[in-house]
Amino acid sequence: MAAISHILERGAEGATLGQRIWKSRIDYLFLIPGMLVFGAFIFWPMIASFYYSTLDWTGFGAHSEFIGLANYAELLNDEFFYSAFKRSFLFMLATVPFQMIVGLMLAIVLNNKFLKLATVFRAMIFLPVVSPVAVIAIVMVLMLSPFNGPINGFLIETHLVSRAVDLLGSPQMVLWTLAGIFVWKWTGITLVYWLAALQTVPDELYEAAKLDGVKTWQVIMHIVLPIVAPFAVVIGLISAISALNVFPLIQATTQGGPFFSSEVMEVYIFRTAFAPSSGQFPRLGYASAAGVIFGLSIMALTILQVIAVRRVRRKEAENV
Amino acid sequence: MSDAALPPGRMRQSIFTPRRKRFITSIVLAVMCVIWIYPLIWMIAASFKPNSELFTNPGMIPNRPTFENYGRAWTEANMQRYFFNTLFVTVGSVLITTIAAALGGYVLGRREFPGKWPLMGLMVFTLFIPQGYTIIPVFQLLTTLGLGQSLWGLMLATCGHSIVIFILLFAGYFTQMPRELEEASRMDGVGPVKTFWYVMLPLAKPIVVTVVVMQSLQAWNDFLLPLVITLANPAMRTLSVGIYSFKGEHFVDWGGMMAASTIAIGPIVLLFLFLQRYFIDGLAGAVKG
Repeated sequence: MAAISHILERGAEGATLGQRIWKSRIDYLFLIPGMLVFGAFIFWPMIASFYYSTLDWTGFGAHSEFIGLANYAELLNDEFFYSAFKRSFLFMLATVPFQMIVGLMLAIVLNNKFLKLATVFRAMIFLPVVSPVAVIAIVMVLMLSPFNGPINGFLIETHLVSRAVDLLGSPQMVLWTLAGIFVWKWTGITLVYWLAALQTVPDELYEAAKLDGVKTWQVIMHIVLPIVAPFAVVIGLISAISALNVFPLIQATTQGGPFFSSEVMEVYIFRTAFAPSSGQFPRLGYASAAGVIFGLSIMALTILQVIAVRRVRRKEAENV
Repeated sequence: MSDAALPPGRMRQSIFTPRRKRFITSIVLAVMCVIWIYPLIWMIAASFKPNSELFTNPGMIPNRPTFENYGRAWTEANMQRYFFNTLFVTVGSVLITTIAAALGGYVLGRREFPGKWPLMGLMVFTLFIPQGYTIIPVFQLLTTLGLGQSLWGLMLATCGHSIVIFILLFAGYFTQMPRELEEASRMDGVGPVKTFWYVMLPLAKPIVVTVVVMQSLQAWNDFLLPLVITLANPAMRTLSVGIYSFKGEHFVDWGGMMAASTIAIGPIVLLFLFLQRYFIDGLAGAVKG
């Protein structure tokens, strides 16, 4: 509202709002294609999800009935929902720190401009990032297979284990195995983010440190890390959000199993809305309510992190 | 950076000269990187092994290399069809997204008009909403429009994934350009559409390439949306969904599965290797912004 009244006031200084809109008609014309896509596939779904979450709705094309907040009330007592919600955030906490630390270490090594093959190594580490998740999933299922899979073959041959381990088939291990695959797939992207952050460290600092005879690890600890630290918040935010959107990897690898032990939020939503177990109806309203809670949590997380970024930047400005 | 380690006095005494140190670092990194991409190498190797050999020969080189797996995957498992479906969705969504984002970003980056800032705020606000939150209304909308079972619907909805990021990328780039550009073309009597197309867009070439590359990656590898749209219509599957269903439908055919995977991964990896810089700059841009 504030924004609208602001515009109206500004309009009053010169032309009226209507005149100004008419004057900018060509600008609006340019915006149409982008806004059609944005409106149809982002803005409208965001609003519609709220509405759908108040419906008892058993399938596309089926009759739906308004039931108020009953879906939310039911979710609060749904154990599958709770576990999936917790698992999503557990998965995030398990992957983000590893991904960030491994990415940073690789970035520091590869940032050496005397290392001739750095771009080749970077490309190799980046390869899993561009590979389709469905492919990664199927290759991992075969490689980790307890029946003749090469990883188990290797582990048995080197006597690290006495018999095959079913890393994706055990309810205790499956989430951690998936976390490992996830970190492997996406570290390349964190590496690239860190490399971009490291470009902000001036070369003169390295040279000055070299002349003073400072050791490499001291340069890293006392010069490099403090400079790139503010980027950690942004990189952490992007990594956290992508760890919460892990649907493709988990659906393609385990479909949330075994016994729902790797069912994260989006897999839960997908199962409830599109792939109910036999004999049950899809529950679109109920799944929407779960989606709304999940979406709002992510937005809350984003806002918290944005506030953190602002804080860090302000502190920096004060120090300088 | 390892060079920074040694004080000048010690440099001659140490057995680890900077050059030798770099050499050792390179060897260690090379070994690590090969292990890193081992699963992908294993996939390609397995795609050339007959199924009987897959279980018995753990080595990389097939004893009797064969193309049979590719034949089976391409025709029997329908990868041929899925390949062209994916190509259609990718090319179409790249065209639409790039043009829409460039037009929108140009206006938002360079012009003042009523409603600009609320619109920017709204877009930034939606930047991080998860796909699981929007998928039901998206599918419902496509069904209402009669596109719920068609490749056109899939292609259009695929445009939505990153449109906001792309618009903001263009807007950020266009903002930095000098004002005189438009003034000069206005003096020459060139209209706004022509100015955009012949003056501004060519200048934004680096962003155009970045957006093309990122949207290709997005569309080629997309999973949830094509999965939902093709649940009732297997003929519309994309490669990602096709491989996912392959696992359920022909589970014993490992060789075929690996061939199908290699087919799915090939084009996007080639695109990456040729346009590496744009992939990496585009993604790194997200952090700086």
